[in-house]
Amino acid sequence: MHKKLLKQLIVPLAALCMLASCAHVKAYQKSRLNDSEMSLSSRKVEKNDLNFQSYREGASGANGGKTGGGCGCN
Amino acid sequence: MKKLFLSIVGLYIIFLHAFSQSSQAADSATYTSKPLKLDEINLVSSYYSQTGNHSAVTGGIGNERVTDLANGLSLTFVGWDGQGQKHSIVAGLGIDHHTAASQAFVSKSGASKTGGSRVYPSIDWTVENAAKGYSFGAGAYYSGEYNYHSFGFDLNYAKKTNNNGEFSVKANAFLDKVTLIYPSELVPGSTVTDNGGGDVTYTTASGRTVSLSGGGGHERNIPTSPRTTVSGTFSFAQVINKRLQGSISFDVVGQSGYLGLPFHRVYFTSGTDAVESLPSSRFKLPVGLRLNYFLGDNVILRSYYRYYIDDWGIKSQTASLEVPVKITPFFSVAPFYRYYTQTASTYFAPYGKHLETETYYTSNYAYAALNSGYFGFNVRIAPPKGIFYSSFSAMEIRYGHYTQTTDLLSNVVSFEFKFK
Repeated sequence: MHKKLLKQLIVPLAALCMLASCAHVKAYQKSRLNDSEMSLSSRKVEKNDLNFQSYREGASGANGGKTGGGCGCN
Repeated sequence: MKKLFLSIVGLYIIFLHAFSQSSQAADSATYTSKPLKLDEINLVSSYYSQTGNHSAVTGGIGNERVTDLANGLSLTFVGWDGQGQKHSIVAGLGIDHHTAASQAFVSKSGASKTGGSRVYPSIDWTVENAAKGYSFGAGAYYSGEYNYHSFGFDLNYAKKTNNNGEFSVKANAFLDKVTLIYPSELVPGSTVTDNGGGDVTYTTASGRTVSLSGGGGHERNIPTSPRTTVSGTFSFAQVINKRLQGSISFDVVGQSGYLGLPFHRVYFTSGTDAVESLPSSRFKLPVGLRLNYFLGDNVILRSYYRYYIDDWGIKSQTASLEVPVKITPFFSVAPFYRYYTQTASTYFAPYGKHLETETYYTSNYAYAALNSGYFGFNVRIAPPKGIFYSSFSAMEIRYGHYTQTTDLLSNVVSFEFKFK
C-alpha cells in the first residue's frame, strides 16, 4: 500500500513544484487576488455542505472540513 | 597615521551605536498593545433534508429520511501585544437538532425516539506576526450528543515565503466516546437478572441497565467505548500570477478504537442479524488541490480536486467547480457543481449478502461503491458600508441538491450573516 500511496502522490508533488516557480507579484498588483471569492479555502457558509458529504460518503479531509472523529460519523 | 585611523574607527563605532539606540527607541514607540475587542460576529444556519432507502440501522434497507437544523455562532476578538503581534480568539457555539426515521428502529418494534440534539462549543487562539510572516495557534473543541461525546485539540503553524507563498501545518486529535446503544434484540446479557439478596437488574431495549435494591434504585450509565483520531494537515499555497493562485493540501489521518456505530445492523445470508463489525484501526490519506482564476473583470473560477485512499479499501475522487459572477463589485451569484466517485470498502456488502464467517462486515451505504452529483448556487451580498448602512456587513445564501447512485437524495439551504 505504501508504494501505491507514493505513486498517487507524484502528481500532487509535481503540481507543488510548478506552483513554486511563479511570477513575482507586487502588493499593488494583487487587487484581483485579494478578492474575498479568490480565497483558497471553503466558504464559511459551506461548512454544513462539507459535514453532510463526510457523513454520506466514505472519504473526508483535505478540504478544511472533518478528517474523522468529533462526531458519530465516519 | 595610526592614531588618525583608530580615531576614525572609534568615531564610526560611536556613530553606529547612536543609530542603534535611536532605532530601538523608535521600535518600542511603534507598537502599542491593544486589548482584545470584539471584531466580528458570524452566524451560519443550515436546513438539511434527505430521503433514501438503504438505512444502516435496518441492515442496508429501510427509510433514510433525515432532517437536520444546524446553527453555529462565532465571535472573533482581536487585540495586539507590545511586539506588534496580532492575537485573535474565536469562540464558537454550534447547536444541531436532527430527526431520523431509521432511528425509531434501534428498537425492533420501531418505538425508539427519532430525534436528537448536538451541542459543540469551540475556542481557537491565533498569534500572527505580519512583519516576520508567521502565525501559530491552538484550539479546543467539544461535541456532545446522546450517543457520542468528543474532545478535540489542535496546534497549527504557518509561514509565508519570500515569493507570495505560504506553508502551514496543523496537528489535530479527537478523543471520543461512543455510547453502546445496541439494537433491542442484540443487547448483550439477559433482560432481567436476579443478583440475589433482593437486588434485581434489568436491561432496557436501548441497553441501559437499571438496578433496584432496598426499595430505591439507581441507574447505571450505558457503557461506552473509546475512539481516537489523530491527524496532521500539510498545506502549501502560492500566488502564480496576478490572476491565478493555487494550493495543495494533504491530511495524514489515523483512527483507532470503536470505529463503527453500535446500532447499525447487518443481516447475513442465513437471515440472522448482528451489530456491524469494523476493524479497530483506519488510516486515511486525502490530497486536495485548489486553483482559483480571475477571468476578465467579473468572473472567478474556483476549482477543487481531491484524491482519497484508505486501508479499508476505499478510493475516491472529487472534483468541483464554482463560478462566482460579479453582478456588481459587491453582489455575486455563483453556480457550482461537484462530482464524487468512490469504490466500495472491503467490508461492505448489501442486505443479506454477508457470511457469518466473515470477521468484519457492514451494510452502511456510506461505504458502498457510489457516484454522487451536487449542484446549486451561492449568492453573496457584501456592500462596503454594510447592508442598510449598518454593522450587518455581509450575507451569503447557498442552496444545493445532492443525489447518489444509491438512490439517496438531499437538499440543503444555508445562510451566513456577518457583522463587523
